[in-house]
Amino acid sequence: MSNNLKILWHQGKQFIPDITTAQVPGIFRGRPVISSEDVDLAALEDLCPTHAIRINPVGIDMGKCTFCGECAMQFPNKIKFTKDYKLSATARGNLIIREGDENPLLINPDEIRKEIHRVFGKSLKLRQVSAGGDNSCEMELNAVNNVQFDMSRFGIEFVASPRHADGIVITGPITKNMTRPLQICYDAIPDPKLIILAGTDAISGGIFADSPAIDRRFLSAHSIDLFVPGNPIHPLTFINGILALTGRL
Amino acid sequence: MTSSETTYKIRNNQSVPLDRIPTYDYSEFRVLMIDLLKNGENHCVNYFAYQCNNRLQFIACVASDSKAIIHLLAHEMDLSATVALQSLTADIPALHLFEREIHENFGIAFTAHPWLKPVRFAHNRKNKTAINDYPFYSIKSEELHEVGVGPIHAGIIEPGHFRFICNGENVLHLEIQLGWQHRGIEELFVQKKKILERSTLAENIAGDTCIGHSTAFVNLWEGLCNYVPDESLEFARTIASELERIAIHTGDLSAICADIAYQLGNAVFGRLRTPIVNFFQEWGGNRLAKGLIRAGKINYPFTPELATRLLEILKVYEIDFDEISAKLFNLPSALNRMENIGEISPKEAYIIGTVGMVARTSGLNRDIRSSHPYNLYQKMDHQPIIKQTGDVHARAELRVDEIKQSIAYLRQLLNKVPASKQPEDHQFVSPANSFAISLTEGWRGEICHCAITDDKGELLAYKIKDPSHHNWMALAQVVRKNEISDFPICNKSFNLSYCGHDL
Repeated sequence: MSNNLKILWHQGKQFIPDITTAQVPGIFRGRPVISSEDVDLAALEDLCPTHAIRINPVGIDMGKCTFCGECAMQFPNKIKFTKDYKLSATARGNLIIREGDENPLLINPDEIRKEIHRVFGKSLKLRQVSAGGDNSCEMELNAVNNVQFDMSRFGIEFVASPRHADGIVITGPITKNMTRPLQICYDAIPDPKLIILAGTDAISGGIFADSPAIDRRFLSAHSIDLFVPGNPIHPLTFINGILALTGRL
Repeated sequence: MTSSETTYKIRNNQSVPLDRIPTYDYSEFRVLMIDLLKNGENHCVNYFAYQCNNRLQFIACVASDSKAIIHLLAHEMDLSATVALQSLTADIPALHLFEREIHENFGIAFTAHPWLKPVRFAHNRKNKTAINDYPFYSIKSEELHEVGVGPIHAGIIEPGHFRFICNGENVLHLEIQLGWQHRGIEELFVQKKKILERSTLAENIAGDTCIGHSTAFVNLWEGLCNYVPDESLEFARTIASELERIAIHTGDLSAICADIAYQLGNAVFGRLRTPIVNFFQEWGGNRLAKGLIRAGKINYPFTPELATRLLEILKVYEIDFDEISAKLFNLPSALNRMENIGEISPKEAYIIGTVGMVARTSGLNRDIRSSHPYNLYQKMDHQPIIKQTGDVHARAELRVDEIKQSIAYLRQLLNKVPASKQPEDHQFVSPANSFAISLTEGWRGEICHCAITDDKGELLAYKIKDPSHHNWMALAQVVRKNEISDFPICNKSFNLSYCGHDL
């Protein structure tokens, strides 16, 4: 017993005191900033493996971006990735960063369904479904619950059954083989319910967007409440996105 | 005729013109395969078919566990031919899944195959059985009941379906049905021609083994295109490989503690993963090291400052890691949940063809770092850690020992950081009509990538084999005679990849 207490003591304080202002270490590739510098636009557009870069004017779609950083490496004066991890948006179009956009991405409360804050503002239980996810977003969603990020401090938790859940968090590009289980799981969640897409693969299909093995019709049939970009998502991106969605920020 | 003279022998990360691989009639091929694989030192690392014009080409790659060579041999058939091939599975059970894949994708009939069932329900498969019509094994009995779990599970994990046949609480049989994660990744490798697209694909084969798979891809591509990476690239790949092993093994120990309800272990191992993945972010901007490994260059060179930083992190990590590991393996309630649970004997492990951690915890010396060394492992004289008991305890303990070994390797490597060049894109030209192979030892085990080029040097086929390919069958076998309540801990101690299998 004394041993356990000693181990506990040796951990010190692990939790991040303020999730909304925490700094990430090193050279995180978060929200991009695009300058007005003239570059070879065709080469820039052609470089991106997931066609996330558009030109005239230049923009980066964070829903398609794999955050590989190659564009910033080859066009360092044109594109920079900042350490801002608050990337989530409630509207798909808001994930597109255009030339000159330098402000943080804010979630506009007017774009959020009215009942979300009222119903889920104090407690939110989520069911996770991986539909072709590569286990990177899944690992980061598990990290969201570790003692450092500790999302459950906000009353937001992942639960074992859709019958206990208020919403679904989808990872992966949605494989054909997972369409039926995904639909069954979604239908089993009682109304009112949320849909959250976590990671580039879920938001746009990512590198798998044109694969004949995926089927994304589920997404066109439902309205999506939150888009959380990343490859994989950073735990801080996810937690801050949900806090903003539920009116907790 | 001995098989050593009848195969083309290749080394890891080499390539060979396709016409140098000896092609046999199937009956001869079959005899040679049995001859090779009856030798306990060999195991099959890949056996697959691909379409070329109107012919179906089959290539088998059999690696020696003691000599750093891989035997290549082939057979072929007309696409329109309707002949059935006599299955090898009855003689060499470890081949069962390779034959099933060939059957599923190309409709080739294998006679006397005991378990010719779908593998991953690939979108372009010939055998059109629907994923909801999988032919599960069943036993008619009033004493027994079936339990179906998944494809969606209670935790945050990938989908797969487990069908148990139980006698009371005891598991008589488990069948694992996969394929839910199939994204058509091998075809995408062929369709997407840019190296950055392919690197991105390699990182997404199994995101938990980003380094293992992307290193297999870049090593293969550089080998195929006769590009010799400088020491700084090999250094970065070796460092990253050992870091990935430490990070995932630590996370696995946390999850094992969670499944035996040891909360403190779960919390401490869980938080110890963070400094390691955060170091990946400090180095390359991504916690799981996506964007780090590239063919012919590295965008984020490893600097002496990063070496100093990593040594500090490892020093702090190791103190807390040693403390909690010592506690876990001295805790009677934890030991009781790990010892003699989910056992696989060396003989079973060998017959199934297990690789990586599962093989090494059942007395099999299988580790690509020592048997087919690549990158800086060629200079390291790696000695694999081997356990004999094949139970959950051995698989947990192996992780602790391998983490300690990886830390020692990192300290040794970090003594001298080679200078890196500025990242520059190399124009790779792949030779025509060639075959290339790359093996790496990811944290789970042996990863095998194979590439075949056509007469213009374009990719004709790309074949990926995750260690999970072999090891899923081992998981299905070990839960027999265990209580169904011990399945989660057995599953976690294997921690196999769904997407790595489903591709």
